[in-house]
Amino acid sequence: MGLREKILTKSLYVFHLSSGSCNNCDIEIIDCLTPRYDIERFGIVLVGSIKHADILLCTGSANRLTIPRIKALYEQMPKPGFVVAFGACGSSRGLFKDSYNTGKPLDEIIPVDIYIPGCPPRPEAIIAGLLKLIGKLNPKGKK
Amino acid sequence: MLENLFKFIVYPGFIFSGTIGLLAGWFDRKVTARLQWRVGPHWYQNFIDIAKLFLKETLMPKNASKMIFFAMPLFTMAASTLASTIIMVINQASGSTFIGDLIVVVYLMMIPALALMLGGFASGNPLASLGGSREMKLMLSYELPFLLALVVPIAKCGYSIQLGGIITYQASHRPVFFSLSGALSFIVMLLCVQAKLGFVPFDMPEAETEIVSGAYIEYSGRALAMLKISKAILTFALPALMITLYFGGIKFTLEGILKSISEYILILLLMIVIKNTNPRVRIDQAMRFFWRMPTVLAVLAVVLACLGS
Repeated sequence: MGLREKILTKSLYVFHLSSGSCNNCDIEIIDCLTPRYDIERFGIVLVGSIKHADILLCTGSANRLTIPRIKALYEQMPKPGFVVAFGACGSSRGLFKDSYNTGKPLDEIIPVDIYIPGCPPRPEAIIAGLLKLIGKLNPKGKK
Repeated sequence: MLENLFKFIVYPGFIFSGTIGLLAGWFDRKVTARLQWRVGPHWYQNFIDIAKLFLKETLMPKNASKMIFFAMPLFTMAASTLASTIIMVINQASGSTFIGDLIVVVYLMMIPALALMLGGFASGNPLASLGGSREMKLMLSYELPFLLALVVPIAKCGYSIQLGGIITYQASHRPVFFSLSGALSFIVMLLCVQAKLGFVPFDMPEAETEIVSGAYIEYSGRALAMLKISKAILTFALPALMITLYFGGIKFTLEGILKSISEYILILLLMIVIKNTNPRVRIDQAMRFFWRMPTVLAVLAVVLACLGS
């Protein structure tokens, strides 16, 4: 792949959106920044503003209140940007599949690039998922 | 004309100081990571971050005033580049100094903060304008001790407001740092530079966890890249100014360059250690802090310098 993909995959800024999650996934994301896993060595940084981000990391089952916000945030993300569905709820609504206020799974609201299942996913699974995203963008690149 | 353009754009202006500044940014991230027992990013990480931002879309907020919003990153970059060019050119040839160039440099170094403030206000985001107002209050608090500390090298070097004069005076006498008043004003200057660069105890204008990077919040793509580059240039220019004022400037011989690099790394290391061992203070605490201890210390240093110690 070209230089463009290489640059894009070596510096991924992550915006973390909690669309009605139970907070377990959010804690596991913070785990990735701790000394044991340290994803900053791959150039992955958590940022506070969606305008700086390359990845929209969506935890929780999208409910009626958060669906418009998810759409707005996706539109505000500078392209090229990617979406990660995080956890069982983010990937498939999980336990809340038949709930009255979770109408649609995340991948019917916005295009999802990669799913990281688990309730919550282990930090190793998160790193594996992000490396899969990098592999998808840059098939020849080694990590 | 062409020579001046070369100086401004390639060496020692934009490309040179930008490269050093981005490397300093990596040094900051790496030392922070090591202090937190992590591994930290590669040395080229900051260059890739900038290159990536140039590949991304640049978004325009709906409520922003377009011209001011996009002019301010340019202003910031131009001012910081010019400041670092003036400092480095005078260090290379102290004959090229002009009357009051120190004052010009100090004013140029104020522009990035002002421009960021205006850009934040222009973006139409409430958090960005909050960041802008914090930046203003922080500026009001650190400029007083900064200017007072600046008086000490001027007074020690025969009341010369030329960078060239300060460098030549220190070449024939002791550097300013090795006197009581010089050391005191160096400490004050270090704290003010910490606030000027927005390093942690004084990073309320861009507090990531409170007001999601403050005035930067609406910037994306190229505009954000420009702001990051100008911050990197300031990370180079402000310690370079300190080396010029307190350690007798940069000599362009092998020993001189090694000495200057070690001084630069020492100043950076001090700032990074302060950054990693202190929590963020509130804006009123910062104001109270700067107007008490550093200001009193700076006044004391000025009096001592005028008395000749």
